[in-house]
Amino acid sequence: MRAYLAHVELPNPILTAAGCAGTGRELAPFADVTRLGALTTRSITMAPRAGRPTPRMAETPSGLLTSVGLQGPGVDAFLARELPWLAERGTRTVVSIAGGSVAEYTALARRLADAPGVTAVEINLSCPNVEDRGRVFARDAVAAAEVVASVRAALRYDVPVVAKLAPDVADVVAIARACVDSGADALAMINTPIGMSVDVDTMRPVLAAGAGGLSGPAIRPLAVRCVWQVHAALPGVPLVGMGGVTSGRDALELVLAGACAVAVGTTLFHDPYACPRILRELEELLQERGFDRLADAVGVAHRPAQARVDSSRTDASKIDLEESSL
Amino acid sequence: MAGTPVQVTGTVLTTRRVDAYHALTVVAPAIADRFRPGHFVTVAVGGPRTSMLTRRAFAVHDVKPDYGGTVEFVFAVRGAGTAWLAGRKARDALDMVGPLGRPFPLPRDPATCLLVGAEYGSAPLFALADALHQRNCRVDFVLGAPSSDRVFGALRARRMGETTTLTTEDGSLGVRGSVVDVLPSVITDTRADVVYACGPMPVLRGVTAVCVQFDIPVQVSVEEAMACGIGICMTCTVPVIGEDGVTRMVRACTDGPVFRGERVRFDDVGTIPFDALGAPGGDRAR
Repeated sequence: MRAYLAHVELPNPILTAAGCAGTGRELAPFADVTRLGALTTRSITMAPRAGRPTPRMAETPSGLLTSVGLQGPGVDAFLARELPWLAERGTRTVVSIAGGSVAEYTALARRLADAPGVTAVEINLSCPNVEDRGRVFARDAVAAAEVVASVRAALRYDVPVVAKLAPDVADVVAIARACVDSGADALAMINTPIGMSVDVDTMRPVLAAGAGGLSGPAIRPLAVRCVWQVHAALPGVPLVGMGGVTSGRDALELVLAGACAVAVGTTLFHDPYACPRILRELEELLQERGFDRLADAVGVAHRPAQARVDSSRTDASKIDLEESSL
Repeated sequence: MAGTPVQVTGTVLTTRRVDAYHALTVVAPAIADRFRPGHFVTVAVGGPRTSMLTRRAFAVHDVKPDYGGTVEFVFAVRGAGTAWLAGRKARDALDMVGPLGRPFPLPRDPATCLLVGAEYGSAPLFALADALHQRNCRVDFVLGAPSSDRVFGALRARRMGETTTLTTEDGSLGVRGSVVDVLPSVITDTRADVVYACGPMPVLRGVTAVCVQFDIPVQVSVEEAMACGIGICMTCTVPVIGEDGVTRMVRACTDGPVFRGERVRFDDVGTIPFDALGAPGGDRAR
């Protein structure tokens, strides 16, 4: 089941979400990473990062709070040890990048520009901007646009730039529009909203960092809402939907809301074999509903209830949707 | 990593209560085949539509060849996940991943090995003792817990060990105190060449401190909360000094859980040491 990430063709629409597939090596014993639609790396930073103190994780109802703090080896070690392993195997790799300033994002993009095996670059915008008193890029349309524009300019034209958006913002459509206007080829949503958990026995926050990103099925309705809103406002922009996808049904929900690819994150912690399973389930569900191609199902939920039955097979609607997903 | 881990749906063979703990034996030949002492498994809890997303990690207590291969692990009920596990019955299915982690390194030549276990941390020590016996090593045990019903495997230790020293905080069994308190005298008496220790972090810290004093190698199996057990979630990190002398935040699941005790910076667990690779320089505070 082919899928497209902007103009790049993927063999299937199931990706891993950033920071949920390790370096690829850890997942390989359970599921063939080369058969993923694409593997998204953890967010790569310029310098090595030790991350945050433990406890970094708290389980919440149908959710997971984490504050890993972008632990990683830095871009040099990534390019030397992690990307080549993926590239040798022909894994399609979306490299997620994170920075504290526009300059850092730009420098990262430059380092990736010549690296073989980069299928796309995803910009993790949920990072504090050190030049703006730690205000998160994803919450500021101007700052987000600036990052996207400079990363876009630093990369080869055939490497799509995907901006990853946060759901806990005042107006996700405004941020989405700013990113697209400044050159983002696709949008990924959602990053984790910030949550918190307090241990009533110790009477202190569970996470050492206090707050952390909430993921898992608990945030799926948030993801569906964001995808829906952005697809409605910008129907021509390809969206990668993510947030609590555990099954083919969950993936289909995001597709119907407007996503043309779906990423699996926290579920991989629970079930390392999740991606092939979700792909199979999604294919079966699409078949049952009479969709020959994934593109035909993208955004179908936006159509009026009656029209869906009557027009789903007309050529006019097919063309319409094809355009909307590309 | 020794054997490649596999994900299997195992069938619960037997369940039993062992004093304050529960033990589950699961038919999982693919995991049993690959097992070496020190490995652990993770278990998905709550059934197929669970709201509990993290896997629970348990040290493997024992593997047996019955039914093609069984795996036994020991746990205490601490929350909703372990309570669900305690409710499993024979023939229930269990989603298991394993064997995971780096197993205990074994001495090449016969040596006197002291195995130290606190609470149900002693569970993986008996398979280790078996492996050590096969290499003609002498094995001694020190097991301890806050109270007698939480000392795991005292009988088996008495059968397998040359000597067995038991400790309880409340004095209800053996020596009053902790395993760390009796360690110096046991090391002296048994002339231990190497120490293996499992249990909560404070115990491992104490054991390591004693072994450093005696200048004998110590292998510790750390317990750190983890979500996945396979190295992708990055939540189970501990500060460990590498071969090159650089401290890194390493994953307890794939880089451990067994480490050389003196390499683990126990005093800095729960922090990012300022000299760790990639430690924040203060500019990224949020």
